[in-house]
Amino acid sequence: MTRHRGRGMAAINYPIGMNLGGDPSQALVHSNPSGKFTVALSSIDLGQGMKSVTRQICAETLGVPVEDVYVDTADSDTGPHCMGSFASRGTHRVGNAVMAAAKEARGVMMEAAAEELEVNAADLETDGRGNIHVKGAPHRAISVKDVAIAAQFRQGKTISGRGIFLVPLSDVDPETGEMSPATCYAHACLVAEVEVDDETGEVGVIRMDSAYELGRALNPRLVEQQLVGGAWMGMSHALYETTEPYYPDPRQGPRDFVEYLMPGPGDICPHDIAVLERPAPDGPFGGKGPGEMCANPVLPALANAIFNAVGVRIDELPITPEKVLRAIRAQGGARPQTRR
Amino acid sequence: MTKTPLQFRHNGREVALFVDGGTNLLVVLREMLGDVTPKFGCGQGGCGACTVLIDGEAHLSCLTLAETVEGRAVETLDGIKTGPNLHPLQQAFAEGFAAQCGYCTPGMLMAAKALLDRIPQPSREQVVEAISGNICRCTGYEPIINAVLAAAASRRASA
Repeated sequence: MTRHRGRGMAAINYPIGMNLGGDPSQALVHSNPSGKFTVALSSIDLGQGMKSVTRQICAETLGVPVEDVYVDTADSDTGPHCMGSFASRGTHRVGNAVMAAAKEARGVMMEAAAEELEVNAADLETDGRGNIHVKGAPHRAISVKDVAIAAQFRQGKTISGRGIFLVPLSDVDPETGEMSPATCYAHACLVAEVEVDDETGEVGVIRMDSAYELGRALNPRLVEQQLVGGAWMGMSHALYETTEPYYPDPRQGPRDFVEYLMPGPGDICPHDIAVLERPAPDGPFGGKGPGEMCANPVLPALANAIFNAVGVRIDELPITPEKVLRAIRAQGGARPQTRR
Repeated sequence: MTKTPLQFRHNGREVALFVDGGTNLLVVLREMLGDVTPKFGCGQGGCGACTVLIDGEAHLSCLTLAETVEGRAVETLDGIKTGPNLHPLQQAFAEGFAAQCGYCTPGMLMAAKALLDRIPQPSREQVVEAISGNICRCTGYEPIINAVLAAAASRRASA
């Protein structure tokens, strides 16, 4: 019995969102008379942080403190339409819609402030701390709260905004077959090191090193969290998860968590991640999205690492010990590759 | 069906109720006492989302017959903070981004609490062992392991 070490790499190019029907998302932003803002979305935050990111985007665009913005998600009865949370599209699509809505709301807010201060709205700026003042004259100021009260009770204005983000639909060019399925792409490269047991076919992941390019990281801690968790899921898809791992009859397949395999806390490995920020021209504040793409490079990198370790090329997922062992036997033993 | 009287301590509070034979502790906690912090995941002991402490030891409440906790102390996530102050583990989970969807979090916290109550300064391997019965779909476990170690370190610092 020998354990063979191998190393593999993969690079990916991941489209943010999709092209079907323009992949639109909408957002509505309005102020309450308290000067706090509500963002209405029917987009869903599954825990990946869309509420946090859209809150940041809205606050930054309005020029108000982030704690003065509340994001209300996931009610498709009352919220504006959203295509959904998938394809790494949340930050990019929903973020852009929120930005557009917040821009419109900011316009009304500045007009209302201008009326109260008896100046031109173009001469006003926000201080990001909840006040609006005349450029170069911070003492000529009014709080956002007072603007909201004036708009509501005196001026009869709704400080609100509508936003939608829609990617122009791209058709296939009949001459060349060309099309543009997405407007922005995230990128990643990952190197994985594995240890393959040629007696059991078991694959242990020793370490991973990766670089992810995903536009501006609007919330670096959320990005890091997504990348760490996503890489684990990639490892899980590559080596563990399937609904039918048991030969030969699907009826012997897993029915529940006890039988459905996933790597546990003892199966993870050190993972060093570098985040490269290259702001996307059409992303909200340059953001793309780390959502789904973070799992993708792990699968081909692990398949390549296994080939590097024992010389077998498994092209069906997941790469279970059984498949590795059968392939090793079929070629008459492990054949470690020379290039490392 | 004949009901059985059942009395136990729930997060330090004495509770008394009648249960049907065969009722499991998770149902008593969630449906009869309204404590929804233990989660129903798989209902067969495979995921750890329903983990509670019984006399300080981690148990899967979905596999625990309610009648077996007669006279014992049951602790759930609902009871681990002190007034408005989060438990050091909750604090460390929040600061370490150790939750995403959050469904596994109550079970993770209770499994971790059982560990730290027993071994205040565990090794990484001991943390891994302690949460190995709890499935997490989002975090990749690394932030959870780090948060438990950080909570242990913060206790050491404040001790």
